[in-house]
Amino acid sequence: MKYGYYPGCSLERNAAAYHQSAMAVAGPLGIDLVEIDDWNCCGATEYFSINLLPAYALVARNLALAQDQGISDQLVAPCSACFLNLTKTDRYMAESPKLAADVNEALAAGGLHYTPGSVRVRHLLDIIVNDVGYDVVAARVSKPLTGLRVAAYYGCLIVRPGYGGVFDDPEHPTTMDRLLRILGAEVVDFPLRAQCCGGHMTQISQEVAYEMIRRLLKNAADYEADVIATVCPMCQLNLDAYQANVNQFFNTDYMIPVLYFTQLMGLAFGVSPVDLGIGKEFVDARPALAKIGVAVPSNSNGRPRKKETSKEALPMPRLKEE
Amino acid sequence: MTTSTISARAPTFLDEVIARTPGEPHLERCIQCGTCGGSCPSGPDMEHTPRSLFALINAGLREEVLRSNTPWYCVSCYYCTVRCPQQIHITDVMYTLKRMAIDEGYYTESTARDAPEFSRTFIDFVESNGRSFELGLATAYHLRYRPLNAVSMAPMALGMLRRGRMDLTPTKIKGIKQLQAILNKAKELGGAK
Repeated sequence: MKYGYYPGCSLERNAAAYHQSAMAVAGPLGIDLVEIDDWNCCGATEYFSINLLPAYALVARNLALAQDQGISDQLVAPCSACFLNLTKTDRYMAESPKLAADVNEALAAGGLHYTPGSVRVRHLLDIIVNDVGYDVVAARVSKPLTGLRVAAYYGCLIVRPGYGGVFDDPEHPTTMDRLLRILGAEVVDFPLRAQCCGGHMTQISQEVAYEMIRRLLKNAADYEADVIATVCPMCQLNLDAYQANVNQFFNTDYMIPVLYFTQLMGLAFGVSPVDLGIGKEFVDARPALAKIGVAVPSNSNGRPRKKETSKEALPMPRLKEE
Repeated sequence: MTTSTISARAPTFLDEVIARTPGEPHLERCIQCGTCGGSCPSGPDMEHTPRSLFALINAGLREEVLRSNTPWYCVSCYYCTVRCPQQIHITDVMYTLKRMAIDEGYYTESTARDAPEFSRTFIDFVESNGRSFELGLATAYHLRYRPLNAVSMAPMALGMLRRGRMDLTPTKIKGIKQLQAILNKAKELGGAK
């Protein structure tokens, strides 16, 4: 199965582990992800706040490239924000002839044109569970994740608001739960599975952002998850890279690694952790993975990891969990 | 006819907000039920819940609305949008209010006055390279607007670099001239619904 692939800016660097693990599982699943040549940023949540028409034109250039390069009429986006912006632009261009005309007039300045509806945008999780199917995934599992307690975290934008590419419930999604169960993991209840990680709120109000992240960490900890599985680079960044800041802010001591669902798939398929980008996370995944007998070299990212705080540091009081 | 009634009077603030939002936002349908505020993860920190903001829009209280931190505290999670019994495109309306607050200069008086600067800095990198650039964004934004934060965020930036999760230089797309021509044309056309 051949698809156009729109990695998005995060997967180039910050979420390189997502890209690497997606590629590592695509082969065994028979998925051919062909990157759209010379794609640009989707504008995240920022461009729509500043200038509407350029925001749509920015996204539409990618749709036009996907349409013209003829790799496939389907375009896969692994990042939730990219997925949202691509589906939103396609939908609104189809619904509003005036918007479509203006966007196309802008695209024409670059020699491009996009016909709404000509590219079908899909999320990576969607094509894995629906096009490949759970049975094929099950057949590839050689090292089941037996005993690993995983919280399946969907976040917002792949399930809401449903501009296109809808494949799960907006409030109670289940596709990733089932997928992880097939990998042998023990999927814990995680009521906040579709709540927001805060997106770029860390840059606007840290207090607001940290509280949103804290809720999610607490929920996963309450259900004794060893790992949080995510489908989005922004969710991964907020829950993982900001976990230490959140602990400091609230006097908590959460240590929950946050991995991409594709990394967990790769482990279950027997791919080596290093080839899945494991080791790039801030909160060390090794203790959790040791539970299922996966050993990650300590310097899988080239350098050893510094552990927690130094022994000389004063002991910090801990907030009692409510 | 409804249309002739609407065109017979001067456009209200509500009309303006609707006109500047793509598609059919249905904002005039709000029944003040409060499902939006109750669903909002950042609602408790907003100066006005979305419901009360919509009442203010309806009352034509332009300044109070455009000075509110509410649109800037919207995290675009779309819970309100999928739960609204009137199918109001609430998240899109929040984006419209952000643009209006910038255009009319009110955001500088809001408690979230740095938020547009973050968006602007992000977009500057996209407009000049075609891709976002996290290190440049983090340093430019924090040093310019949040120097104290820049110090506390430095360990995270180093952690990102150490794990190979951040580039030192931006990536530029091949078709940057093409992209800039498209964006410039779009800016020129502007004001499109």
